[in-house]
Amino acid sequence: MSVLIYTEFAEGKFKKVALELASYAKKVAESLGTTVTAVTINAGDVSELGKYGVDKVLKVTDAKLDKFNAKAYADVVKQAAQKESANVVILSSTTDSLFLAPVVAVGLEAGYASNVVALPVSTNPFQVKRNAFSSKGFNVTEVTSDVKVLALAKNSFGLVETSGAAAAEDFAVSLNDADFNVVVQSQEKASGQVSIADAEVVVSGGRGLKGPENWGMIEELASVLGAATACSKPVSDLDWRPHSEHVGQTGKPVAANLYIAVGISGAIQHIAGINASKVKVVINTDPEAPFFKVADYGIVGDAFQIVPELISKLKAFKANN
Amino acid sequence: MKILVCISHVPDTTAKINFTNGDTEFDTNGVQFVINPNDEFGLTRAIWFKEKQGAHVTVVNVGGADTEATIRKALAIGADEAIRVNANPTDGFFVAKQLAEVVKAGSYDLVICGKESLDYNGGMVPGMLATMLGFNFVNSCVGIEVDGSTATLIREIDGGKETLTANLPLVIGGQKGIVEEKDLRIPNMRGIMTARTKALNVMEPIAADVKTKAVKFEKPAPKSAVKLISPDNLDELINLLHNEAKVI
Repeated sequence: MSVLIYTEFAEGKFKKVALELASYAKKVAESLGTTVTAVTINAGDVSELGKYGVDKVLKVTDAKLDKFNAKAYADVVKQAAQKESANVVILSSTTDSLFLAPVVAVGLEAGYASNVVALPVSTNPFQVKRNAFSSKGFNVTEVTSDVKVLALAKNSFGLVETSGAAAAEDFAVSLNDADFNVVVQSQEKASGQVSIADAEVVVSGGRGLKGPENWGMIEELASVLGAATACSKPVSDLDWRPHSEHVGQTGKPVAANLYIAVGISGAIQHIAGINASKVKVVINTDPEAPFFKVADYGIVGDAFQIVPELISKLKAFKANN
Repeated sequence: MKILVCISHVPDTTAKINFTNGDTEFDTNGVQFVINPNDEFGLTRAIWFKEKQGAHVTVVNVGGADTEATIRKALAIGADEAIRVNANPTDGFFVAKQLAEVVKAGSYDLVICGKESLDYNGGMVPGMLATMLGFNFVNSCVGIEVDGSTATLIREIDGGKETLTANLPLVIGGQKGIVEEKDLRIPNMRGIMTARTKALNVMEPIAADVKTKAVKFEKPAPKSAVKLISPDNLDELINLLHNEAKVI
């Protein structure tokens, strides 16, 4: 009755959220007196999972699974859960895992709790704390079914290293032709850029920047910090920046370690989308801007002077650290 | 093509979030309710299919009688008819189970949901519904075209986009991008008047297992005040981010 996790592997390594998931699952397994099994799909070296608490790895290798497919991947997770008699199945909150989780839940006749932000409040009854109302509240949910599916919110638990090692074995799954009725035709990924979903630092610009021609300094600040660039809703509505950069309640959610808002006043919908970030910095000329109420650090002043100076100081800092 | 658009009745994005009854319920006092934004993008795309491809559009909501104003708004925007499943939506599984009954009874070709609601942010219903029905399913959908019985879809992936094809019947979880903000429609007087005469059928719920239940709610801990740093002392900001916050 182990705890089963699905750990995503991309571009030659496990995603950071997969290692966070392993760290979290280890603690859950300890409180249940059991072990953690990870299932991987077309992953390479899986030894890293052992360092984050995984006891056993089921390696699934199948060329048909090269591209994400919700039904087929759900079959994999379901068969792994059945093999391990797992009562608790935990996924991360990437776009793919959130696509997968409800499909897995119905397949296992399990109750499903998403946006889980902490270790279970109690394991009997099984209660978890979840983000709700766009981070304006939390909801403690009791999962009453025998099998439970959880999705762990990104950046909510962190990484915990252990001294363990994982035993890996190959796992053969049976897939159905009907699993592949949704067909991927093409993918378009911006290369060489940090995506908002994966970023630990996000630098975001608002209407205070006056026009798209002024984004050079935002991109440079992001590049110095290894950050993703983002923007507020008015900026994407004005087409100054692509829609894919819009963060906020109706745009992309951000749960970064550091979120730097430049020239963003902080409308309630914007804050709702980025509030899960750990540390927030605001740079704005208007000391009354609502963003100052939610930020950890604030600078009242002109971004056109502050940002270039901050870039040069950060470069010097990075060179010495 | 018969389209079913599933809508949630959610607090307006600017609503203050409070809890009542010993923190076991959301406090609706003074809260304006709207069509869940992710659902409204999908509804608007459905109306486009109605106008361009002659689709028939039904909207459905699982909720009490208090959601009817929200349902009428969807009719005013252009849906042809509406269904309300008369039940308190207790969790995603319960709602998906009710919707599956509605889909089976109406033999819909395309079911459009929002990828998540802005109240509980569960992101559960579209995937559960598709799986219960055995329909094809695409989540985080930012584009859909239908040609005969085949749909071409664009979905958001982490760091980019993916183009997919799938046959109908199909369930999608839609979001902004399926139409843009500027494409959203504000109901006009004629729409509002016609909506009053359109059918709004009330169905009673079917029994469903309870798999999860909300035990209580909490508000985030109050935030400590912002630390202001002088624009002339950016070294201090770097110092704080490095030594205090430990994020750089």
